[in-house]
Amino acid sequence: MTFKQYMKRAWPLYVMIVPGIVFVLLFRYYPMYGVVIAFQDFSPAKGFAGSPWVGWENFEDLFLAPEFGRIFSNTLIISVSKIVADQLGAIILALLLNEARRILFRRSIQTLIYLPHFLSWIVLGGILLDILSAGGILNQALRSIGIEPQLWLGSNDWFRGTVIASGFWKNVGFSTIVYLAALTAINPVLHEAAAIDGAGRFRRIWHITLPGIRPTIVLLAALSLGDVLQAGFEQILTLYNPAVYRTGDIIDTYVYRVGLIRAQWSLAGAVGLFKSFIGFFLIVLSYWLADRYAGYRIL
Amino acid sequence: MIHDRTWFSRLFDGVNYVFLTGFAILCLLPLVHIFAVSLSGRAPATGGFVSFWPIDFTLENYEQVMGSRNFLRSFFISVLRVLTGTSLNMLLVILTAYPLSKTARVFKGRTICIWFFVFAMLFDGGLIPSFFVVRSLGLLNTLGALILPNAVPIFSVILMMNFFRDVPKELEESAVIDGASHWRVLWHIYIPLSLPAIATLTLFSAVNHWNAWFDGLIYMTDTANYPMQTFLRTVIVTLDLTQVGINPQDLQRLSDRAIRGAQIIVATVPILVVYPFLQRYFISGIKLGAVKE
Repeated sequence: MTFKQYMKRAWPLYVMIVPGIVFVLLFRYYPMYGVVIAFQDFSPAKGFAGSPWVGWENFEDLFLAPEFGRIFSNTLIISVSKIVADQLGAIILALLLNEARRILFRRSIQTLIYLPHFLSWIVLGGILLDILSAGGILNQALRSIGIEPQLWLGSNDWFRGTVIASGFWKNVGFSTIVYLAALTAINPVLHEAAAIDGAGRFRRIWHITLPGIRPTIVLLAALSLGDVLQAGFEQILTLYNPAVYRTGDIIDTYVYRVGLIRAQWSLAGAVGLFKSFIGFFLIVLSYWLADRYAGYRIL
Repeated sequence: MIHDRTWFSRLFDGVNYVFLTGFAILCLLPLVHIFAVSLSGRAPATGGFVSFWPIDFTLENYEQVMGSRNFLRSFFISVLRVLTGTSLNMLLVILTAYPLSKTARVFKGRTICIWFFVFAMLFDGGLIPSFFVVRSLGLLNTLGALILPNAVPIFSVILMMNFFRDVPKELEESAVIDGASHWRVLWHIYIPLSLPAIATLTLFSAVNHWNAWFDGLIYMTDTANYPMQTFLRTVIVTLDLTQVGINPQDLQRLSDRAIRGAQIIVATVPILVVYPFLQRYFISGIKLGAVKE
């Protein structure tokens, strides 16, 4: 088949793909070129091409900055705690939902626990700022049973815990979906056979149900590796304040403050590039693990 | 299903029903509390006497919010954003996914194109360079800044592509024999057969646009251009109620806490309206992403 013959039929395919390519070039690849600001003394007036080069200077400043260790460890601590809490919670909730046999009951519970996932961090943050405030309903309830009120969002003792708990609130219900899907795929014949052999309910959960969702657990554990630098930017930007920077400031919020508020573009660009670079390898590794151990491929 | 009749098993069932009910209520209580506050009068709301039922019931907080020009303007900016942004997303998702769903023999260059998109999904230029790209394109303070940078949601393209690949080939082949072009094949075969997937991705795109606020914060230098969630941030997080433009005498009679609550509820209502549809589709949507042979 000649090129002309091929194109006679195939040309619409190329027309279709062009807009997508243009948008991705402009808004994904052009910013990738823009990471050069990390090696420049960038000024917006001179742009990516005209700003003077400074080599690794911004990275030296970054690694010497007192905040660097703090934002890095805060990011890891918060994200890993969230992943562990969410996934464990989701597995337990999915198992319990699976044991509840009344379909209508199950559906109603699912409807209620999925809902927070679809609300923005501004809405949820607004609710949290109200109920967790000094005179908010949570502290009132605690006081009525004799517990001292706490500054849930204003003290370094509580901030991380509050972030992890509120992240759990938003996401755990939604995270059960994948496990519930895996649970429904378990062949009921296995349960019946085990019951005939005298296995009680809890032995069946342990020996049939849990092994049945093991591939899903492995898959989500592998994929979550790609998220360990995502501690929840929108959530923390909504909930934090200068009093809790020590325990709550993460890479993303630092980039935002240093870059867009303090206008130290190049330093912020260096932090951002550092994160993108590590994040890229983490995601690639997570997809590789997911393929290797759970047979998952996105393509 | 097997039914255990042992007392321990029944006890477990009882505890399980109570626990799940309690957990679901706990997830919802914060919203109920804010709803009750938003319907309460100044003294009980400010004094913190409201728990889960309004005290001194009033609708005035809502009247004030709905009467605020700044709030309504941001609400309509968000509506406009959802309509245009979601349409653009879906148009590009479908157009991009269709060629990519073909084999490399039918669509020469497919392999390169796939990696072009996948790499763009995996490596992020970061906040600061992205900001300057949007700025240098002259998009600050325009609707374009909110809908163009994520006009091609690459993960959705991949889901759509995988869905298209499962469309039976025989249908397409017979249409091609009858002389149908790719445009007709896409329009008359692929789109009608992929409606559940399209509905799922449309709803997700709309919810994302409705809930987005950070792009509004950085790309809109004039607060008059804020979409609603960004506007709400100034009111709720930075506690700047003057932004709402309620006249000070009215504010004397009302609780700022209750007005914030009313705004939170108004921002939530559109999500609650589409939620039943969302729920019908997102489970299939999740499976679309998670289960791939």
